[in-house]
Amino acid sequence: MKLIDSALKPEFTSMFDVEHIRADFPILKLQVEGKPLVYLDNAASSQMPQQVIDRLVRYQTSEHANINRGVHYLSETATAEYESARRRLQHFINAREDREVVFTSGTTDSINLVMHGYGRKYIRAGDEIILTTLEHHSNIVPWQMLAEEKGAKIRVVPISDAGELLVDEYEKLFNARTKFVGVLHVSNALGTINPVKEMIAFAHARGVPVLVDGAQAAPHMAVDVQDLDCDFYAFSGHKLCGPTGIGVLYGKAELLERMQPFKGGGDMILSVTFEKTTYNSIPHKFEAGTPPIAAAIGLGAAVDYLSAIGLDTISAYELKLLNYATEQISNLPGVRVIGTAARKTAVLSFVMEGVHPHDIGTLLNHEGVAVRTGHHCVQPVMLRLRVPATARASFAFYNTMAEVDTLISGIRTVQKVFT
Amino acid sequence: MNSKSLYQEVILDHNKKPRNYGTLDKASHHAVGHNPLCGDHLDIELNLDGERIDNIAFHGESCAICKASASMMTTVVKGKTRADAETLIKEFREMSTGTLNLNEDHHLGRLTVFAGVRDLPTRVKCAILPWHTLHAALNSVTTTSTEAEDDPMHAAIGDA
Ligand SMILES: Cc1ncc(COP(=O)(O)O)c(C=O)c1O
Repeated sequence: MKLIDSALKPEFTSMFDVEHIRADFPILKLQVEGKPLVYLDNAASSQMPQQVIDRLVRYQTSEHANINRGVHYLSETATAEYESARRRLQHFINAREDREVVFTSGTTDSINLVMHGYGRKYIRAGDEIILTTLEHHSNIVPWQMLAEEKGAKIRVVPISDAGELLVDEYEKLFNARTKFVGVLHVSNALGTINPVKEMIAFAHARGVPVLVDGAQAAPHMAVDVQDLDCDFYAFSGHKLCGPTGIGVLYGKAELLERMQPFKGGGDMILSVTFEKTTYNSIPHKFEAGTPPIAAAIGLGAAVDYLSAIGLDTISAYELKLLNYATEQISNLPGVRVIGTAARKTAVLSFVMEGVHPHDIGTLLNHEGVAVRTGHHCVQPVMLRLRVPATARASFAFYNTMAEVDTLISGIRTVQKVFT
Repeated sequence: MNSKSLYQEVILDHNKKPRNYGTLDKASHHAVGHNPLCGDHLDIELNLDGERIDNIAFHGESCAICKASASMMTTVVKGKTRADAETLIKEFREMSTGTLNLNEDHHLGRLTVFAGVRDLPTRVKCAILPWHTLHAALNSVTTTSTEAEDDPMHAAIGDA
């Protein structure tokens, strides 16, 4: 990030200068169908600043070798940088220790690791797992697979019409058979911010561990895993202005130590004979094989970038974008916002009378506006809110109020085509 | 072809006033087609009188491209033989995936308004779903999906 010299540029005394930020993102200069790209699909994947791209280039041009395996200069450099990235991630979520940060390939991989490593060891026939209606398919399907394998049962926390979890109902689901809770911090389809801290405290009072899917929270708000007291926290690099193919599973050291490794192979062992293998210590026990070293280092640079701007600054700015966009879209007849929780991140899901979201997406693309359309991997939410699909604009700190205006005028154009 | 010009008058018209929309009292064949990528689905019912499609109807939840494609499809295949319908299905698939030379002989007629989808890979499946579902119905397969093994799109994209 370029630091802003407010003495030289007094107009930048507001939170931050979005044009300065945008200059860091080469892709934002793109033209789509002859129009400037308006990228509003950040919940699916966010864009990468030059600083992260440069870090990847530096790694590939002068630091790359396999890690943990060589005594030579490059291997030592790569190992040191990889472990330094782990510490950056540790600080990013305020984990107690760096060994509580496991590199995975993403949120999905992190959740599957918990399912295999913890779930398969500790969940038994008749046990119950609590999930919520808002979960992404990645925090549903692994648990269904486990439930089927073990004869366990899944209980689901319902939501209100606004897309908020019914916390009273959540509390009523607990009983002596409850063994695990999986809840997403922020809904990818609706933007709802869930009261995970309170939900975790409630579960812990009953001795039940909690996994939080933080894929949509980590990019948009300061996350403190010690304050939340979650047992597991999963998130993806590519939604954090970092590379694809990398993600994190945070786990309390004590739990990670008790867990079974999920994948076997090199790097996750201390010694191997055909009679017996001794596993490496955490987090290495869970990082079998050559990890995506470059991606991990890139993610380290990405969280440094975000931290330099400040997650609180990002949240505050994105809330302004959300409020402005919500207000503007509410003025459009025939358009309905899906997901109206009191506490939201900058996600605007909407439907239009008489126009299928797919057609909205294609026509907005013609205006250079990138939105996601469909069920957003949350079919239970769509079913509950009785919409087959939505169009979703999801904002990042590099989006502008002017881009909100382009979205709104794009929606008006769609309406014109269909009347 | 840009994304907007796909939305031609005739497509918008069929979307707004779909023909043969609903269900049949008497149907010998039916199938439901799903597009799991967007959650859309389409039910097709038809009545075969010998080898001839004497009636056909559709309903379901889908985007304009899919609905217009289904609507126009029903108007075109009604009264045709099963073999003629299969020829149209094949030609429509080939047009959508860009393997049909529109300058050579074909039977698509007005259906060529959908030719533009070949430049919009994300929308090809929307246009093809009704045809794929009709093919399933004619072959007594009751459910199908754009992701199904027999989905022509798998082969078509892979081969392209
Ligand atoms: C809430 C949530 N959980 C999990 C995922 C899955 O993330 P990934 O595909 O990076 O594993 C996503 C991404 O779409 C998400 O939004």
